Amino acid sequence: MTLWLAIFIASAAVYSWKILGYLVPSSVLNHPTISRIANLLTVALLAALLGVQGLTDNGQIVFDARIPAIGVAAVLLYFRAPFVVMVGAAALVAGLLRLWFGV
Amino acid sequence: MAKSSTVTSISIGVGLATGIYGISFGALSVAAGLDIFQTQVLSLLMFSGGSQFAFVGVIAATGIGGAGLGAAIISAWLLGIRNGFYAVRMAPILNRVGLAKLVPALLTIDESTAVATSQANLKDQAKGFWLTGAAVFVFWNLMTFAGAILGDALGDPRAWGLDAAAAAAFLGLLWPRLVERQALAVGAAALIIATATTSFLPAGVPVLLAGFAAVVVGAFNWFSPSQENSK
Repeated sequence: MTLWLAIFIASAAVYSWKILGYLVPSSVLNHPTISRIANLLTVALLAALLGVQGLTDNGQIVFDARIPAIGVAAVLLYFRAPFVVMVGAAALVAGLLRLWFGV
Repeated sequence: MAKSSTVTSISIGVGLATGIYGISFGALSVAAGLDIFQTQVLSLLMFSGGSQFAFVGVIAATGIGGAGLGAAIISAWLLGIRNGFYAVRMAPILNRVGLAKLVPALLTIDESTAVATSQANLKDQAKGFWLTGAAVFVFWNLMTFAGAILGDALGDPRAWGLDAAAAAAFLGLLWPRLVERQALAVGAAALIIATATTSFLPAGVPVLLAGFAAVVVGAFNWFSPSQENSK
């Protein structure tokens, strides 16, 4: 599969949820179990992506400059900093730690 | 009249605030190995931040050569599920029939739904949806392009801390959802499962495995608030 094909398939797949909500009767998706699973699935995927992106490299667990960077991001989120500021600060912390200490 | 101009200013404000972090998506997407056009097409067609970050995040972990693309597609798809629930809420407000549902479906995201449903009457709700959806779409795509150009110019993503920025982006998307014990428990378990299984499962699979664990917890409603009260 080429990357382009994957982009089109994934875009169509994401769109399928959006259009589904306009097509099915509201009682189907408003079932408490369904909406609970959807919420928890979103949390789990984001947390899993955080773990893989923040703590692993090439299939191995690696602790490096990303951890203090994520810590700084968490502090900024706690103080309700804008998303783009928080992301930029994380990049800055990791970049500087690598420049100075090579971690 | 004053009321509906308030809707306009809220919509444009939300569009600007959300759109600006398209910069981080554009830069991270290029760092993951997509080119500028591929990055832009994701913002135009997929148009859902969480799914877009997930798609390029999985590709960053697996490489652009084939094997991880399936996992990237499934991760993006599953993260888009909440938009289906927003669509259910928007359907009676927009009251569209047939093919006229296709355009609002694209614009049905966190921000357009949030602005719409916080308005008092049906007219302002519809206006809030369309204005916010359009404003986010325009700014998100412009900023994606700026970010992709920036990311392309930066070179080595690790030296600039872009891998840490990607992790921070996931934390930022996750943060407002960690409001109750059940979500916290599932988030912590998912992070541990995905990280721990990375060394022996094919790249991309650990994230899906963590998602499966959440479905099981949700189906049986473990760690639910009601159980919390009864103890």
